[in-house]
Amino acid sequence: MGYFEMTRTVLRNLVRGPATRQYPAVPARTGPFTRGHVTFDPTTCRSCGLCSRRCPCEAIRIEKEEKVWEIDRMRCVACGDCVEGCPFGSLTMEPEYFPPVVEHVVERHTITYVKPEKPEKKPKEESAGTGA
Amino acid sequence: MPKRIVVPFGPQHPVLPEPIHLDLVLEDELVVDVVPSIGYIHRGLEQLVQKREFTEYVYVAERICGICSFMHALCYCQGIEHIMKVEVPDRAKYLRTIWSECSRLHSHLLWLGLFADGMGFENLFMRSWQLRESVLDVLEDTTGGRVIQGTCKVGGIRRDIGQEKLDEMHRALDPFEQQCRDLGDVFLNDETVKYRLQGLGVISKDEAYTLGAAGPTLRGSGVAVDLRETGYAAYGDLGFKPIVETAGDCYARCAVRVKEVYASIDLIRRAIDGIPEGPLDVKVKGAPDGEYFSRVEQPRGEVVHYLRGDGTKHLARARIRTPTLANIPALVKMLPGAQLADVPVVVLSIDPCISCTER
Repeated sequence: MGYFEMTRTVLRNLVRGPATRQYPAVPARTGPFTRGHVTFDPTTCRSCGLCSRRCPCEAIRIEKEEKVWEIDRMRCVACGDCVEGCPFGSLTMEPEYFPPVVEHVVERHTITYVKPEKPEKKPKEESAGTGA
Repeated sequence: MPKRIVVPFGPQHPVLPEPIHLDLVLEDELVVDVVPSIGYIHRGLEQLVQKREFTEYVYVAERICGICSFMHALCYCQGIEHIMKVEVPDRAKYLRTIWSECSRLHSHLLWLGLFADGMGFENLFMRSWQLRESVLDVLEDTTGGRVIQGTCKVGGIRRDIGQEKLDEMHRALDPFEQQCRDLGDVFLNDETVKYRLQGLGVISKDEAYTLGAAGPTLRGSGVAVDLRETGYAAYGDLGFKPIVETAGDCYARCAVRVKEVYASIDLIRRAIDGIPEGPLDVKVKGAPDGEYFSRVEQPRGEVVHYLRGDGTKHLARARIRTPTLANIPALVKMLPGAQLADVPVVVLSIDPCISCTER
């Protein structure tokens, strides 16, 4: 026949609750790997510039001398390549999406990483001393 | 002889969200000729290949289309891997297949919903999209993105699916297939749907083949061409048979897609059963030097990425032929003879993806 194919589904849907999630009352669903936005830790960044070179949309800019790390959130596509490529773990991917914005603002961070002092040359001096 | 008038259809139209413009030449309400024009959203993504390194371009390739994104990345990666003679590990091939079929599932369910909306069956439209949502949830849980997966890279994949998640997906397939079959029965058997679709937008087998149609448009006319038969990724191990209908009308094209939904579920099930353990990627050294035509079966048909490298980190040329471009000549052939009210349904029946077409 085929005149009432949809009826069963319609009746089932009538007694069920809504299929959609009640956003924003209920927070948006995210998974364990959801790529929301990139966060930056200025205390561990060593200004190697890998993130900036790997970024496919040129959203990240880094200035080594001025110790500035910038991200243009409107350019960033949250691909996660910078996070994967960072050798020092300064970048992390957070699952929350940013709310929409109307102004084009570049997010600027000042790198606060301090290069640790090199260990004293004591052993060398000692060895030099013994040699002499 | 009735007076001829020209009615513009698109680029902004309530039924079709994507910007394609058709000049419909009408005699009363009957379409006698069609002049298509595209070019509203050209983004120059092919040119970008010369400014991005070949490993970075995967992310650009993925953003050519918002629906078959994973398959664009897959097609590009396969092309580069072939030029550089990189052998991808088996587990990566299987996972690529699983994600490809998930993409096909959500693309076809999206299309079925849009098509139902186009013919005025609102309830069916919402039901299709409700089912699509569960596929998107799986994609988000396994890759981190709902439509832009970002898991394909040159030499393999970036992320694994754990055995626990694979088992969970396998368990969810049976109830999901039952829901899809309930939905598909409405498309295939309901008299109102049949009355609206049968005999509409007919294109014969010879015409479809000669005009170079691709994907379900071609298979709906009885030509058994499906690139998955060539056995790229893990399709060679899974044993795949193309789905063919012979009528060549809108109903046949719809039936091909409904049956491909069932076939995709079956392929995912077999891929999960047969997935081997092993590494996810191989290290890629050097730069591509050579050229290759990479081909992959997308939900809409065959996509071709032509890639030419000259031994530097930047490719010299990329050219992408998407299935919708191949289907537009067939569409122009389908429309004459249709009523004006049927035009949206016929246009939707080729599943046009204009952002793909214009890149």
